Amino acid sequence: MISDAESRAYFSQRSRLKWWEGLPWALSVAAFFVLPDYMAFGTQVLITIIFALSLDLVVGFAGVVTLGHAAYFGVGAYTAGMVSAHLGWTEPISALLLAGLVAAIVGFMSGAVLLRYHGLTLLMLTLATAICLQEFANVNEDVTGGFDGLTGVSFAPLLGLFEYDLWGHTYYWYSMVVLFLVFVVVRIIVNSPFGMSLIGIRENTARMHAIGTPVYRRLVSVYGVSAGIAGLAGGLFAESNAYVTLDVLSFSRSGTILIILILGGVGRLYGAFAGAVVYLVLEDELAKMSPEFWEFGVGLLLVLTVMFARGGLLGIFDRLRKVFSRATP
Amino acid sequence: MSQLSNIIISIIFDGLAYAMILFIISVGLSVTMGLMGFVNLAHGVFAMAGGYFVTSLMSVAGVPFIPALLIAAAGVAVVSLPFERFLYAPLYKAGELDQVLLCIGLVFMASASFTYVFGPDPVPIKVPDSLRGQVDLGFRSFPAYRLFMVAVGLSMAAGIWYGFEKTLIGARVRAAVDNRMMAQSVGIDVDRLFRFTFALGSGLAALGGGLAVDILGLSPSFAIQYLVLFLIVVAVGGLGTIKGTFVAALVLGVIDNGGKYLWPEGGAFFIYAVTIVILLLKPAGLYGRHG
Amino acid sequence: MSDPVLQAVGLCKNFGALEVAHNIDFTLKRGARHALIGPNGAGKTTFINLITGVLMPSSGQIILNGQDITGLGQAERSRRGIARTFQINQLFRGLTVLENVVLAIAERQGIASSMFRPLSSYSEVTDEAMELLSNFDLNEDALRRIDELPYGRQRLVEIVIALGQRPSVLLLDEPAAGIPSSESQHILDAASALSSDITVLIIEHDMEIVFSIADYITVLVSGAVLTEGEPEAIAADERVRAVYLGEVDRG
Repeated sequence: MISDAESRAYFSQRSRLKWWEGLPWALSVAAFFVLPDYMAFGTQVLITIIFALSLDLVVGFAGVVTLGHAAYFGVGAYTAGMVSAHLGWTEPISALLLAGLVAAIVGFMSGAVLLRYHGLTLLMLTLATAICLQEFANVNEDVTGGFDGLTGVSFAPLLGLFEYDLWGHTYYWYSMVVLFLVFVVVRIIVNSPFGMSLIGIRENTARMHAIGTPVYRRLVSVYGVSAGIAGLAGGLFAESNAYVTLDVLSFSRSGTILIILILGGVGRLYGAFAGAVVYLVLEDELAKMSPEFWEFGVGLLLVLTVMFARGGLLGIFDRLRKVFSRATP
Repeated sequence: MSQLSNIIISIIFDGLAYAMILFIISVGLSVTMGLMGFVNLAHGVFAMAGGYFVTSLMSVAGVPFIPALLIAAAGVAVVSLPFERFLYAPLYKAGELDQVLLCIGLVFMASASFTYVFGPDPVPIKVPDSLRGQVDLGFRSFPAYRLFMVAVGLSMAAGIWYGFEKTLIGARVRAAVDNRMMAQSVGIDVDRLFRFTFALGSGLAALGGGLAVDILGLSPSFAIQYLVLFLIVVAVGGLGTIKGTFVAALVLGVIDNGGKYLWPEGGAFFIYAVTIVILLLKPAGLYGRHG
Repeated sequence: MSDPVLQAVGLCKNFGALEVAHNIDFTLKRGARHALIGPNGAGKTTFINLITGVLMPSSGQIILNGQDITGLGQAERSRRGIARTFQINQLFRGLTVLENVVLAIAERQGIASSMFRPLSSYSEVTDEAMELLSNFDLNEDALRRIDELPYGRQRLVEIVIALGQRPSVLLLDEPAAGIPSSESQHILDAASALSSDITVLIIEHDMEIVFSIADYITVLVSGAVLTEGEPEAIAADERVRAVYLGEVDRG
């Protein structure tokens, strides 16, 4: 007999903080002291994790496959970049929030149109939308800097105190704080009834319709939130690089972030962490040595992951854990 | 001939030649996706392989152009079978995400392998002399190679259409696309049918790839570059329909060509905008069935 | 009370030239245990799909509690009190039994769109789910994954989910389908134990179940109503027997 208390405990247990959840944060902080020369790289890793988290909400939890999520990253990046370059706006935090807001609005609007479709149609529409956005940015080069990129992006010291330094230290902490706040929000959403209903939509949409779920509305909501978070990542990208090119909107960027999420493990939040770190570190090391080997390696990794390790890196950890817990008496 | 009508005719003609390539390469994809619902982003790899096969046969073994095309088509068709059996088949029941990622992985592997073997630079092709130069059709002259492609494309389209609509095996394919379970219950071996169609489609893609070398160029990034385009042709035309692929190839081919010609900076934008509009209005594609 | 809770008026559905529902007039009386029978392919599930909004009719109306719901979508009809089970289980296979039921209850209680409070804080949802599961002897399976349960028990969960919606009209699409007749007793018990507040429409092939539960039967053949009446009348009807010749009859 399962008691009421046990059943209540089931859900609270799942959302409770576990000891190992402190690890990624501890590691990020440690990295600052252990690898101080890599902070600029580290900042990009943190930004990528934020981007991957946003995608996890849509792909991992809601089960909506999109090949165009870079659209929202790019909107965020260009928003932050353009208010600085054209309007002389130098306060970074407000620019970042604006980037997220604009991306969220674009996300809600495009989501409202796109999410009426499914399957291949939706996949193609997300793809085409991102490409159109990229072409649009390309054509309006007086505003976006076009192919050459947006220059003249510069931001004042954070909170008027922390100067942007050549070694990327300030931006590392700045990005970590943003990542932490984003993560807290995403974790809350995922453990809420809304989050549970997303999983339901992913697992059996027909059933969700039958129990009265307004599926379309839920999907548009999560899509808009996700776009906003992607926009925050893009804004950070613009601020930390002080430069924005068309690449922020590219299909390649959409594809890469999807790959990163899969490699780390979809639907697991921390998969974004694992995937981003592993992918970017490997890319940094291997792509320098031989771009073909890197490309082949990523392809092979993807094929192997899909065929044998569906849960990605974290899935493999899980399986190992189960093996060990069975082995130990 | 007035300047304007000359330009229009050029755009349409070039677009037509381009469309024929798109059709030949994509038609196999449309039918196999219609049959199995498997989102095959890696289809361009067969076209790319065909291109490299043809150029290698010609430059290394001295095989003439047309026979090289046929050998390449047959060769790729055969090689595609184990590909399908060991890599794709296990994922037919899997979700879309898995299929998409598998294909992206395969495309990367193919691109890297071809770069390793053939180098990253575009590969030249020596088209036979009979297909060079211009052909005078009376009212104006056209490039011979493009004329050849239009002729090949139209005859292939006619042949494929005939096979699809008028033969027994074509009828079986259509039945299976329409309702797989029903087809199986009346005794159609859908799996065998699918393998046959897959091989045929891959062979056609290789043929198209070989034909495309002179016009689109060939480098190891071909499959990646055109990945989106083939999928768009199929999605816009509708899965599992020859007519749909043909019409979509025509529309998109002419628009892409025209767009880039008339507006070099932003021309690529047009086909994506057209794709969005068509899919919004007809989610199953122009001639697709299951909405 | 025998006023109609659900009505179909002149309901038609075609897919091109294929007519799957032909001018169906149907009345479901409040509190009834109404069975819908007919040979395979008669259009029974199609009828359920039309009632629940999975399919939109080509013509005709559907009226629930006096209100025209023909233009409403599935979710809205569900919120107005129609719940259904599927002929083939449509469960969340990777989730636990408890989670399956919680999803339905959370939706009904209107808290499912809550984004910023943890699910665990809504103890009333979990408690209600456990109570419902206990009524069906599924309590000890609550924390097990659906795909670990035998098919028969999964089928019960299918019904529990529908009940979690506290429907006024429950549509059971072949609840005993796929279960060996030795185990279908549980389904029978579950169906019989349903509260009289709930009006039940049951599609079934298993005549034992039909005749032990139903107080009224409609016979559907080739998308049209052949006849309807009380069980004894239907059992005696020659046309009904003829239609079932060649069908596997378990009764």
